[in-house]
Amino acid sequence: MGNFKLPRLLLAGLIFFIIVMILSPDMTGALNGYFMVIIERSLIFVILAISLNLINGITGQFSLGHMGFAAVGAYVSGTFTSIWFKLNPHTLSHYPVFMICIVIGGLGAAVVGFLIGFPSLRLKGDYLAIVTLGFGEIIRTILNNIDYVGGPRGLLGIPMFSKFPIIMLFAFLTVVILRNLVQSSHGRAMLSIRENELASELCGVDTVRYKVMGFVIGAFFAGIAGGLLAHLLTLAHPTQYGFLPSALVLIMVYAGGMGSLTGSVLAAFTLTFLTEGLRVGIDALPEFTIASQTYKIGTEWTMVIYAILLILIMLFKTEGIMGMRESRILIIEEKK
Amino acid sequence: MKSYALSAAVAAILAGTFLSCGSSNKEIKIGGVAPLTGEAATFGASSKQGMELAIQEWNDKGGIDSKKIVLAFADDKGDPAEGATVFTKLIQQDKVAAIVGPVMSKVALAGAPICQANQLPMISSTATNPKVTEVGDYVFRACFIDPFQGTVGAKFALETLKAKKAACLFDVGNDYTKGLSEFFRDGFTKGGGEIVAFEGHATGTTDFKAQLTKIIAAKPDVIYVSDYYNDAALIAKQARELGYKGTMGGGDGWDSPKLTEIGGASVEGCWFSNHYAADDTTPVVQDFVKKYKAKYNAEPDALAVLAYDGMNIMLDAVKRAGKTDGPSIQAALKATDFSGVSGHVKFDDHRNPVKSAVIVEVKNGKVVYRATVNP
Repeated sequence: MGNFKLPRLLLAGLIFFIIVMILSPDMTGALNGYFMVIIERSLIFVILAISLNLINGITGQFSLGHMGFAAVGAYVSGTFTSIWFKLNPHTLSHYPVFMICIVIGGLGAAVVGFLIGFPSLRLKGDYLAIVTLGFGEIIRTILNNIDYVGGPRGLLGIPMFSKFPIIMLFAFLTVVILRNLVQSSHGRAMLSIRENELASELCGVDTVRYKVMGFVIGAFFAGIAGGLLAHLLTLAHPTQYGFLPSALVLIMVYAGGMGSLTGSVLAAFTLTFLTEGLRVGIDALPEFTIASQTYKIGTEWTMVIYAILLILIMLFKTEGIMGMRESRILIIEEKK
Repeated sequence: MKSYALSAAVAAILAGTFLSCGSSNKEIKIGGVAPLTGEAATFGASSKQGMELAIQEWNDKGGIDSKKIVLAFADDKGDPAEGATVFTKLIQQDKVAAIVGPVMSKVALAGAPICQANQLPMISSTATNPKVTEVGDYVFRACFIDPFQGTVGAKFALETLKAKKAACLFDVGNDYTKGLSEFFRDGFTKGGGEIVAFEGHATGTTDFKAQLTKIIAAKPDVIYVSDYYNDAALIAKQARELGYKGTMGGGDGWDSPKLTEIGGASVEGCWFSNHYAADDTTPVVQDFVKKYKAKYNAEPDALAVLAYDGMNIMLDAVKRAGKTDGPSIQAALKATDFSGVSGHVKFDDHRNPVKSAVIVEVKNGKVVYRATVNP
C-alpha cells in the first residue's frame, strides 16, 4: 500500500471541507455565519456555473435560461420535502430523504432539459439563445399561475436542510462527475461539436445525441442547485429564476473561461465573494465632505463597481480567468 | 501561475475587508434592509429615508441611554437569496441589535427564519403577506395586513356612508385584490349590510362593462373596487359612462398620482383606505411631513411613513427594554403601545399591528383626508 495516493481532486475537496469545518461557527468560530452563507452560496453557484459551462462552453450551445432549470429543481424538490415532512413529521434522520428529494428535483429539471434540448437540434447561436430565454420566462410564468405552489407569493415553508456539508457534497460530486464526463470520450465528442459540428458529424459523432445529452445533464445539475438554494432560503419565488439571475450565471461562465471547469469554479467563488466584499468594503468607507455637504457612498453603488470590475476582467483577460485551460487538480490522473 | 497569484491577491484583499469590522459599546446598531436596486428600488429609497429620519431624530434627542444609534443598512435588491445573505450579514458581521425591514414579503419570508433562529427581533415595514409573522415570535410588522383593510373599508361604508347595499369588483388573478374584496364582503355582511354583486374580472383586461352593467343593475349604494390604481381608474370611468352616480371605494392599491390622472372627474368623491394622509391635521403627522420635506425635499409616501414608524417602534422597544439582547427587545416589542404617524400601534398575538387606518377621498382632483377608522 506504499504507493497509494488519494486522487488530487478528492484531496483538494477534503482539505477545503476540513478547513471550512474547523473555522466554522460550530467549531472554532473564526468564520461567522455570514461567511458560511457566502461559502454556501458560492458552492451553489459552482454547481450552476459548471453545469451551464457544460451546455455553453463544452457543447457549444447557447442557453440563456439556465435558472429555469433551477426553478424546476427548486419547486419539485421543495414540494416533495414539504409533503414528506408533513406526512411523516417524525422522520428521525431527514438527510437521506432530503437528498433523495434533491435528486428528484434534478431529475425533474433533466426532463425539462430533454424537452428544451430538441429545439437545439434545429437552432444555432443567437436563435437558440432566444428560445432558451423564452423558455426561462415560460417556466417563471407557469409557476406564477399555479396556485398549488403559491403562485405569485412563492413556495413557502420549505424546511431548512441545506447545510454546508450537504451543499459541499453535492458541489463536489458535480465537479467530479462533470470532470469525468468532459475528459471521457463523450466529453471529447461534445467538444468536437463546439469546434465544428459538420466535421464532427463526418467523423461519426452522433451530434443529436450529444447535444441533447449536454442539455439534460446540465439541466439535471442546475435542478440540484435550485433544490439546494430553495432549502437554504426556505422558499422558492418565481422572480428568483428570471433572466437576470440566469445572466449572472452566464457571466460566471464567461469570466471563468468558456470550457474550463476550473474557471467556472474559481469565477463562482470570486464573483460571489466580490459582491459581498464590495458590500462590506463600501460600508466601511468614511463619509466625506465637499463644500460643506456631507456625502456617503451608499451600498447601491456596489453594482456599479462590480460591473466596472467585470468589464476590466473581460478587457484584460478576454478569454476569462482560466481561458480554456484546466488546473492540474481537475485533470484525471494517469495510472502508472 | 500568474492567474493563481492574482486570485490569491484578490482573496487576501477580500479577507482583509471582511475582518476589518467591529462594534463598540458606545453605540446601538440597528439593521435596515430595503431594495435600493432592482424592480422595487423606489420603494427602497423611500424606506431608507424614513429609517434615516427616525434615527436622526433619536440621535438629536441624545440617543438611547446616551448611546448613539447607528443604522447598518443593506440593499436586498428585492431578491430573497440576496435578502437571506444580508440578514445574515447584519446579524453575524455587523452584530446589529434588531432589524427594520424589508419592504417586500418574499424577502421578509427569507429573512424571518434567520432572525428567528438567531433570536433577533425584526419588524418589517411593508410586508403584507400574513405568512411573514407566522414564521416565529421574533417577527413583527408595521403595516396592517390585507384582511384588516377590507374590514376597515366595510366599516367605513356602513357607518360613515350609511350604505346598505354594496358590490365588489376585483381581479381574479391577484391575491391582493381578491383577498381584499373577500374581506370587505365578510365585514360588510357581518355589519348588517347586503352584498348585491360580487364580480371578478380577468387580469390585464381593460373592458369592465359586462361586470359593471351587472353590478349597476343590482343598485348598490357603494362599489368596492379592490384593484390597483390603473384598473380602478378605468373601472371608475366606465362606471360613470354606464350612468352610475354613487360612490366607489378601494384599498391602498389606489395610492398613486396616476389614479386622478387617468380617472379624472370620474374618481371624484371616491375614497380608499390608506396608511396615512399627508394632510391629516394631527400634530404628529404634520410634524413628520414638515421634517421629511425639509430633509429630502419630497412628499413622504406610505413606504417612508411605515419605515419611519417601524424604526421608531423598534427604537422605542430598545429604550424600554434597557438592554440590547434579542429576547429583551422582543419582550418590549410585544408590549408596544406607540403613537406613530400611521396611527396608534399595539401588537396582536400574531405580531400584526392593531392600529387605525385612514380613509382618504378624492376632492377637486386631490387626495384629501376624510376619516380615521379604528378596528
